[in-house]
Amino acid sequence: MNEDLVQVENLEEEEEIILTDLPDAELVEQMHDDLYDGLREEIVEGTTILLERGWSAEKVLNDALVGGMKIVGIDFRDGILFVPEVLLAANAMKGGMEILRPLLAETGVKPIGKMVIGTVKGDIHDIGKNLVAMMMEGAGFEVINIGINNSVEDYLAALEEHNPDILGMSALLTTTMPYMKVVIDELVARGIRNDYIVLVGGAPLNEEFGAAIGADAYCRDAAQAAVTGTKLVQERQTAASA
Amino acid sequence: MRTKPTLVIACGALAREINQLKKINGWGHLELTCIDAALHNRPEQIPGQLRARIRENRDRYDEIYIAYADCGTRGEIDRIVAEEGVERLPGAHCYQFLAGADLFARLSSDEPGTFYLTDFLVRHFKRLVFRALGLDRHPELRDAYFGNYRRLVYLSQTADEDLVQAAQEAADVLGLEFEQVHTAYGDLEQSLRRKFSGLRDGEKDDYLLA
Repeated sequence: MNEDLVQVENLEEEEEIILTDLPDAELVEQMHDDLYDGLREEIVEGTTILLERGWSAEKVLNDALVGGMKIVGIDFRDGILFVPEVLLAANAMKGGMEILRPLLAETGVKPIGKMVIGTVKGDIHDIGKNLVAMMMEGAGFEVINIGINNSVEDYLAALEEHNPDILGMSALLTTTMPYMKVVIDELVARGIRNDYIVLVGGAPLNEEFGAAIGADAYCRDAAQAAVTGTKLVQERQTAASA
Repeated sequence: MRTKPTLVIACGALAREINQLKKINGWGHLELTCIDAALHNRPEQIPGQLRARIRENRDRYDEIYIAYADCGTRGEIDRIVAEEGVERLPGAHCYQFLAGADLFARLSSDEPGTFYLTDFLVRHFKRLVFRALGLDRHPELRDAYFGNYRRLVYLSQTADEDLVQAAQEAADVLGLEFEQVHTAYGDLEQSLRRKFSGLRDGEKDDYLLA
């Protein structure tokens, strides 16, 4: 390629994209790119434009935001993106969610289910847990995020208060992950284990650990948690109505 | 007949420490090969590289020892260690075996929001922590990473005032309180001595008692 052509191409790349000029499909594609690049202001603008064009909040959420975050999740899993980029993407998605959340609540659409999620006692790590909370919300769940360093008593109080379908527990440390079993054992002892779907996740866990402590599923990442949570809640609802 | 030497396959974060222990203990038969310490930010890549390194060297050594803990590999290093018939260091990560299991448990329990550095991590803080977490490009992410942390504990292996100063500066950058706890080589030394020297009478081996 000669030098002039390279310069023309560079000029084209630097040309500013006016989001309002883009047709719907291209705007959604551009929002996927902007999520990928962690551009919060652009996501807020794109979300607003789609709503002004008459899109439902649910459609904006699913097509533009969740669709974009799925690409981010896949590229993180495959080692193309790293934690900083995922955090920036999540921050951009939050910008869109802040606009959509009240609109979604107004529509009166019943959530797919409810989830209580928190990091276990002795553990203050919450990046992964917050990503799961966001993706669960994106999948249509009402999410009660009870934060970090939760004791058995904290979990039990949240379960009693919110009566969720799913209990999600997270741990980043091998020294804290056994506490998940303490919580599950207490649910068993109180005869309430089967009232909840228990999902567990975190860097040091694996499927064998999830099975060994009596969780319903181990979720490797936030996108998988949303898929698994949806599937298990729907199975439970189908079984209950049969 | 000359016996083949023993190979230690280690995380690059332990190279200096293991070489020092080799000198102190006179382990002339011990050779060291390291895997890039930067993989601690992509631990899923450690097991594959470890297995390849074991197989590359198996025929050339009488014995191979793995100087890794679990290191965030979700039990994958243990699977490889079992399949390849070798041993590894105890514990979950280098903070734990350098501090020793009891001290590490106490530090974590006293303040769950503790971020740990070792000599190696102090030396490479800018590359392996600051830049790897994107804090050079996106300083606004600091609280997303460290907002729940309260203190930085520098687990020192050597007495080096420059490193203490650098660790203090790292704590300042991250907005954390600073504390130094001198551990020397902890269970790293115990485990290697048990493996390569045999413990002398009356010596305590916390790992064996654990």
